Amino acid sequence: MEWNWDHAYAVLPQLGDGLIVTIQATIVASLLAYILGLGIAILKMSKSKLTRVLLHWVTEFVRRTPILVQLYVVFYVLPDFGIFLEAFTCGVIVLGIHFSTYTSEVFRAGIENVPKGQWEAAKSLNYNPLQTWKNVILPQAIPPMIPPLANYLITMFKETPLLAAITVVELFRAADQYSNSHYTYLEPMTLVGVFFLIVSIPSAMLAMKLEKKFKQAKTA
Amino acid sequence: MNEVIEFYPILIKGTITTIQLTVLGAILALIVSFIVGLARISSFAAIRVIAIVYLEFFRGSSALVQMFFIYFVLPMWGIYFDALTAGVVACGLNVGAYGSEVVRGAVLAVGKEQHEASKALNYSIYKKYRYVIIPQAIPIMIPTFGNLLIELLKLTAVASLITISDLTFMAQIIRVQTALTLEPFLLILIIYFIIATILVQIVDLIAKKFSKGRNIMTAGDK
Repeated sequence: MEWNWDHAYAVLPQLGDGLIVTIQATIVASLLAYILGLGIAILKMSKSKLTRVLLHWVTEFVRRTPILVQLYVVFYVLPDFGIFLEAFTCGVIVLGIHFSTYTSEVFRAGIENVPKGQWEAAKSLNYNPLQTWKNVILPQAIPPMIPPLANYLITMFKETPLLAAITVVELFRAADQYSNSHYTYLEPMTLVGVFFLIVSIPSAMLAMKLEKKFKQAKTA
Repeated sequence: MNEVIEFYPILIKGTITTIQLTVLGAILALIVSFIVGLARISSFAAIRVIAIVYLEFFRGSSALVQMFFIYFVLPMWGIYFDALTAGVVACGLNVGAYGSEVVRGAVLAVGKEQHEASKALNYSIYKKYRYVIIPQAIPIMIPTFGNLLIELLKLTAVASLITISDLTFMAQIIRVQTALTLEPFLLILIIYFIIATILVQIVDLIAKKFSKGRNIMTAGDK
């Protein structure tokens, strides 16, 4: 089968629209994953053993089951309970929740790496919990977390094509629609692959640079 | 729920297909991991470049796109796979790319003195890696490989989109036929969770077996 530039040019505008949806989904889902992840990390340090054990198994359940099935659950099951959400919203929620179980580990490790003395110092200054977190712990914990969090951002970007399965017209589904109506998979699918590489390879390089930067800052 | 239970024959079939995809995909991923991981530390620049191109290609784009490419685009060039093979190839090549980084990292983590010792014993490069470096690198790889195995299991669900009748595909059939939504999906979520948990246990067992006699140093720490 020959590469046909006419198809390649014709599909480009649709892929452009799709890419915008893909990027929107990535950004919203990652914000959700970060906020929820931080929440889970803090709750996992709770004094109540019941909370910790419960949270452990809930997050393990989410981590050990496929995103695609989770998407189906939210997309098909919620309407039965009278909750009607747009496909895009469903997708973003599922991606956000799924990856919050991963980012929570990053947050937990980052927080645990703050030396115990810092907690004691905050206590001796009579800081309340909010002050302790805001002024002492998080400012020290966050910088080393940035590179792994950036990596999860890239991972989430690569998982967004799954939203196509619940009718979100993002990059992949835009290509698939063109493929189905013009009987050619070659050009649209290749271009989708290229689009992904164009976005994710430079992002991965940037993440690696961040990693080096924060490592240097630590040793300096 | 009873309606869903009546569909148990196809659920069992789907579970078997999912396990097949996972096991075959894992074998391919393991082979690819070692080939690409070792190629990354080759002394020939050309081999290193090919390995990096492979790695960036499979890590840089989405698994679903790769699967569609293998199943729908390659036949246009005369390369035909049936759906199951396409699924195994896509899962294996994708996870293998991530695994190659694990192999490379673990091999590089083996101390310099081990290389020097092999040299002192006049080992060939093959013998050095076969008997000295890789046996020491494997225990380092196992925990991360365990995580990748779970990722692989989750990836097999995506294969339902290229018409492979795995668990996820079967749940869709049940949904369409019974108009039930919660029950079939909840049921397969639990099945996936059980398979994943068994895999985690197996990897833990293997890790324990490999670390036997190797943790003398760390045992003293605590």
